[in-house]
Amino acid sequence: MPRRIYLFTRFERFWHWTQAALILVLLFTGFAIHGSHGLVDFRTAVEVHEIAAYLLIALWVFAIFWHFTTGAWRQYIPTAQNLDRMIRYYVYGIFVGEEHPFRITVERKHNPLQRLAYLGVKLLINPLIWVSGLIYLFWGRLQGYLPDVIGLQQVSLAHTLGAFLMLAFVIIHVYLATTGRTPFEKIRVMITGWETHQDEDVKIEEQR
Amino acid sequence: MIKRIRGMGCVPVLAALLLSLVLAPPTEATTVDHSKLDELQGPFERGEDVTRACLRCHTEAATQVMATPHWTWEYEDPLSEGRLGKKTMINGFCIGLQSNEAFCTSCHVGYGWEDDTFDFADQSRVDCLACHNTGGYSKLSGMAGHPPYERIEWPAGSGRYLEPVDLASVAQRVALPSRETCGSCHFYGGGGDGVKHGDLDSSLVDPPKSLDVHMASDGLNFRCIECHVTENHVVPGSRLDITAADPHGPIMRGRDEDRNPATCQACHGDRPHSQGPMHAQRLNDHARTLACQSCHIPTYARGGVATKMRWDWSTAGRLDDDGRPFLRHDDKGRVIYDSRKGDYTLGENVVPAYVWFDGRVRYLQPDAVIDPEGPVRINEYLGRPGAENARIWPVKRYEGRQPYDTVHRTLLVPNVAVHAETAFWLNFEWPAALRAGMEASGRPYSGEFDFVDTLMLWPITHMVAPAEQALQCADCHTVGGRLEGVPGIWMPGRDRNRLLDLFGFGLAGLMLLGVVIHGGLRVGSRRRLGGR
Repeated sequence: MPRRIYLFTRFERFWHWTQAALILVLLFTGFAIHGSHGLVDFRTAVEVHEIAAYLLIALWVFAIFWHFTTGAWRQYIPTAQNLDRMIRYYVYGIFVGEEHPFRITVERKHNPLQRLAYLGVKLLINPLIWVSGLIYLFWGRLQGYLPDVIGLQQVSLAHTLGAFLMLAFVIIHVYLATTGRTPFEKIRVMITGWETHQDEDVKIEEQR
Repeated sequence: MIKRIRGMGCVPVLAALLLSLVLAPPTEATTVDHSKLDELQGPFERGEDVTRACLRCHTEAATQVMATPHWTWEYEDPLSEGRLGKKTMINGFCIGLQSNEAFCTSCHVGYGWEDDTFDFADQSRVDCLACHNTGGYSKLSGMAGHPPYERIEWPAGSGRYLEPVDLASVAQRVALPSRETCGSCHFYGGGGDGVKHGDLDSSLVDPPKSLDVHMASDGLNFRCIECHVTENHVVPGSRLDITAADPHGPIMRGRDEDRNPATCQACHGDRPHSQGPMHAQRLNDHARTLACQSCHIPTYARGGVATKMRWDWSTAGRLDDDGRPFLRHDDKGRVIYDSRKGDYTLGENVVPAYVWFDGRVRYLQPDAVIDPEGPVRINEYLGRPGAENARIWPVKRYEGRQPYDTVHRTLLVPNVAVHAETAFWLNFEWPAALRAGMEASGRPYSGEFDFVDTLMLWPITHMVAPAEQALQCADCHTVGGRLEGVPGIWMPGRDRNRLLDLFGFGLAGLMLLGVVIHGGLRVGSRRRLGGR
């Protein structure tokens, strides 16, 4: 008998989707500023980019606060345990109809690969983008306080590197979101918050 | 009293005011009506007589004027520590003063400078009316700074006559200089309207707002001296002494007396943008790198008067089949060839070139040895890219082609006007013209000459457009934009690291490829496994 668990709270879903929208807007306008496309004019791109950046910063500050007050930060503690099984599943098992090796619970929402990937985003990509972006934004005032080797060029390159890493993450993340039982299963969970477990899942879960 | 005016109602008062505005010429805030002064009742025979009358009251005026480049046509060059100025320098337009004085000095604030014997210490030679007339006064080329004292045919042989100047009338109507008075010389530098500067021409006598937001006759209606605030006849803001960067707030009286009052920042301060906190902040930060003029003068020669962008003297002197000089016009009716001067390239609505500039200009010394391969830089704008004291400035890039001595490898000054036997414009013979010019210059001339390309920069600083006409971000923040070749700045949209782009887009591409393959395999295996 299927069992439903409430995996993602209202705040987590709001956070996820708002963040997703803002990151897409930032990627789109950012690459317009970069000169990669001309679908929006430079000034509009800059202004939208800046507004979206401030909103995302506000969201992140709030989300960080939320993670620490609720203890949800523990969801991102990395583990090497079963990492090999996860990799084996994605490069082999998924094609031969094996069951996903990870069983989701409210206490462990993310599989070991996800933990690692999200932690990477939170500890590497985000700070890179934040710091370089804020320096970029306040370059006029910060310039004087920075060592000479850090020019606008270096700040810009760091920010662009962050953007490319984020773009790569988004591509993989969006794709892997379609690897549930059906392409929309995981996406539906992220929208409704409810994960549906099959009976045998629970058994396996209990055996472990 | 006040009650009575009220009782009369506003309408007649307003009507009287309007009427007086229409009838009376613009008046200065002054306590002197010059037309009532005994000293100015005349009659005056010559300009010098007027000057003597002026100096009876304005005792220090001549001394003051004589200390300025308007009189000396010379200045102390801070770079070479020598003396430079119109008096000796060579340019790419009419080339040089020597031997042509009587022609060129129609724009000298003096009377009678025809050659190097002119007495620069004679106070009566100062021409007060050149700047202070309000009409009816013009100094003619060839008359060494004098207005016509007799009825003369002008131009000679044209059949048109000029009436003699009424010196008493001109003297009685003196006022502070208007745009027209300053412009009577500064708009016509280089031998014609708009020729030299590109941002100064006769369209600024009565400019619309779109041409010049400060001088607009339907707007602020600034005179030149509104910014070039003159004290003791010293006019600040000369292109010979440019304040390239002025990172200060507006000038405060009593505190900033030593600052140049002609900069934009003198009134606007260095953080003048205010539209929206984010955008204004960004624009104000740009002011650390750019001169205000770079964005706020989108193009120059905008008023319908073309400026010369190139002047090729080497083709001058061609005559028609009857042996007479001729003109050739373009399809807009503008002269593009003149036997006296050669070929021109004209420009209107010209996009400036942009250079780093810290206010120092290195001028080619008249005796400097040049590289005949050219282009010879007659002046160079100095400034280290990115330096605190430098800004990116808009300039007019003017190309000349002019005679040089192939033996001594120096630029040559021809006699173009005045002297009947040698003047190029009368005889169309280079050898005689160059020999006469160089003799007057006192520099050696081998007699061998050819033509060399020259390059000259002119600051673009007038014709400031209304804010809505200022450049947009994308005019520069793009590949191939206005600042394409300007070094020392990192500009999003123009600059990128190709390796990083290759890595980044490569990474994203590989990820895409990976998910497409992975996804394809999944779809395939799903079919094989029977829909699981």
